Amino acid sequence: MVNRVVTGAHYGLRDWLAQRVTAAVMAVYVLALAVYLLMQPGFGYDTWVYLFSGNVMRTFSMLFLLSLFYHAWIGVRDIVMDYVKPAGIRLLIHVLVILALILYVIWSVQILWGL
Amino acid sequence: MKLRIYRYDPDRDNSPYMQDYDLQMDAGDAMLLDALMLLRQQDDSIGFRKSCREGVCGSDAMNINGRNGLACITPLSALKQPIEIRPLPGLPVIRDLIVDMTQFFKQYHSIKPYLVNNDPPPETERLQSPKDRAELDGLYECILCACCTTACPSFWWNPDKFVGPSGLLQAYRFIADTRDQDTAARLDNLEDPYRLFRCHTIMNCVDVCPKELNPTEAIGKIKDMMVKRAV
Repeated sequence: MVNRVVTGAHYGLRDWLAQRVTAAVMAVYVLALAVYLLMQPGFGYDTWVYLFSGNVMRTFSMLFLLSLFYHAWIGVRDIVMDYVKPAGIRLLIHVLVILALILYVIWSVQILWGL
Repeated sequence: MKLRIYRYDPDRDNSPYMQDYDLQMDAGDAMLLDALMLLRQQDDSIGFRKSCREGVCGSDAMNINGRNGLACITPLSALKQPIEIRPLPGLPVIRDLIVDMTQFFKQYHSIKPYLVNNDPPPETERLQSPKDRAELDGLYECILCACCTTACPSFWWNPDKFVGPSGLLQAYRFIADTRDQDTAARLDNLEDPYRLFRCHTIMNCVDVCPKELNPTEAIGKIKDMMVKRAV
């Protein structure tokens, strides 16, 4: 293969936009959770268990976590793109990060739904 | 007046070094370039570029006390001594303060810095309304001195792939021009994780631009146009 600088992958916008949208989702979730917790007179294990016993909270927490993972994927990928120059090693790191994040998703489901 | 200047002649020096100079000169209203030119009378081996001496040509961009700027419009009185002068960071040094701008101009050329209009040329000129013309303010003034691009960490990491703030400002200058007919292709050219989206809004470019332009804002407008096109 000829050694030439190649660009033009045509996916920059999607990820840039996704990173902003997922940031907004996380901000709303964290704020809502903080307000809810601050409004509780006493905060302990019971409050926490009650909060996460309903499917609504679990679903929105899952949405938060998925946003976090996607956001993290783009961020980590950007760092790897900046600092890891050989394309083969970059691809390997990308694959490892994706696999780790998929595992985190599975793990999150197990935690939230107590599987 | 004390100056510390980066010296490197690849033909003679093994590695770059900083050389101290003591210059008998009253700062007054003088600019840094005046001091450098006086200094060159003492030591004619110091290499630096200059041309217009009034902040229009962009030749004497250098790193002054850790900050990129044009020597000809940087007042000496505002500089802390010893004034430490280095070449623009992130570009190969040819000699002393002279850097190889090839990569910078390659990126500039990659955005097609000229009007693309396939209509037959009119008798006089392609007219714009004053409002359309105003869109180009803050864009056309760029003098390509490379202060912004060489202050950008994203350009340091990927100079071969990231267009850089100056090139992107110029790209928007042509995207914003109502006489240009190549908008879609220009956006296509930039819709890439490296070429445009290496910009992480660090804003060093805005901080150092000697013409007080705002590449970050121009980059934001390119992104806005891409979003508008995609959704």
